[in-house]
Amino acid sequence: MSETLKRTPLYDRHVALGARMVPFGGWDMPVQYSGIIDEHNAVRKAAGLFDISHMGEFEVRGPDALAFLQHVVTSDVSQIGEGQASYALLCHPNGGIIDDLFIYRQPDGYMIVANASNIEKDFAWLLEQVVGFDVALTNISDQTAMLALQGPLSESILARATDTNVIDLPFHGITTGTLFGSIPAQIARTGYAGEDGFELFVANEHIEQVWDSLLALGKDDGLKPCGLGARDSLRFEACLALYGHEIADDINPYEAKLGWVVKLNKGPFIGSEALKQIKEAGVTRKLVGFEMVGRGIARGEYEIHNTAGERVGYVTTGMPSPTLGKNLGLGYVPLELTKEGSEFDVIVRGKPVRARVVKTPFYQPRYKK
Amino acid sequence: MSNIPADLQYTGSHEWIRIEGEQATVGITDFAQAQLGDVVYVELPEVGASFDSGANFGVIESVKAASDLYLPVAGEIIEVNSNLDQNPDLVNSDPYGDGWLVKIRVAQGIGALMSAEAYSKLIAESDH
Repeated sequence: MSETLKRTPLYDRHVALGARMVPFGGWDMPVQYSGIIDEHNAVRKAAGLFDISHMGEFEVRGPDALAFLQHVVTSDVSQIGEGQASYALLCHPNGGIIDDLFIYRQPDGYMIVANASNIEKDFAWLLEQVVGFDVALTNISDQTAMLALQGPLSESILARATDTNVIDLPFHGITTGTLFGSIPAQIARTGYAGEDGFELFVANEHIEQVWDSLLALGKDDGLKPCGLGARDSLRFEACLALYGHEIADDINPYEAKLGWVVKLNKGPFIGSEALKQIKEAGVTRKLVGFEMVGRGIARGEYEIHNTAGERVGYVTTGMPSPTLGKNLGLGYVPLELTKEGSEFDVIVRGKPVRARVVKTPFYQPRYKK
Repeated sequence: MSNIPADLQYTGSHEWIRIEGEQATVGITDFAQAQLGDVVYVELPEVGASFDSGANFGVIESVKAASDLYLPVAGEIIEVNSNLDQNPDLVNSDPYGDGWLVKIRVAQGIGALMSAEAYSKLIAESDH
């Protein structure tokens, strides 16, 4: 195993729990503990705890923090109320997606959460754009640990771990509080599983205690440690995009069905000219969800052919859905194949296997709103 | 730790083979099933198909990925484990028993196979 892989502060805990460790975005991360399906079901029915300390966190402070964020992301950051958070996209001037982010509004500024594999790319990009803005930009990724507590029982588990009123914390809300009496934490009602749940930001030195205490506290509720395998299958069923798959530098938000994150009326921002033109001209390909009709499992990068046998697109993510019991996939196809019921072939090991476009999300998220 | 029965022979691609005269049974090892995770689909060849030693004879799919299967010795498929159609998880729960994959008629010349001892050394190294 490569020496250069980074480890989260919970690495020893994962190994002790018998997790299978795999390289992911430069990190040595747990892909599973008890098994992907078991962990997946725990999150849908009870709760799961994920170490997502590999994710990047940047602080944006200073008088121009809002103006700067309005300049670099596609969403309207002025609409994020105090104690609220919002999904956003960072785009190239040509409209291609650099990364997807979560922006949390804090009392003294903003915190950005970015994908682990994009931390350096995003931070360098933001530093290039900051010229002319009175903003302090700090990459706090290496000091900040992050956990995701996800699933229908996560609220009742977390309520027993903190004096902070998490029951009334709204969807996409964030608050400062303490965990287990004295550990400072930022608690947000956000996640990536299509369930109610929370994300917790804690300094590295306290994270082992929080991890151990939460697992002990939730044991009788069915709380399980969960790896990146279940994180992927859960977000896939809810059709939440993953950088490097549904979104990438050569994919624009309209193709990715993320037009709702692009607010062209908020004023100019990086990529706004190109995105306006793309929106007016219309896209030629779009992300669709599909179900395999024939026997076979679609996987990322498999080719998609039309029924005449011509290569017309590709799969971004595919797997057997643990919750729905079907072989499902997401992929890019030309507009004429995006209608529900449209059929095409996924090329599985050289053989065409029929697939049919279905409604997305495959699994309707059950957020507490 | 992985279970590695002493009476079987192994490949570097984590298949096992039990040779009994002209016939042999082939499966994947306990280590391999643990690495794959939940097996959800096994694609096996038709009875009667012949393969060279080391040839790709099928695919095993977990939630996460598809992995190729390689035949430890050359031979003709004489039986496939049809139970895996409905119960692919047998590969996880009983990799050396009910989770077997194919039975073959062994062709002339058995190539290099690993003993249980050699195989346990291999996975000890690949584990770290």
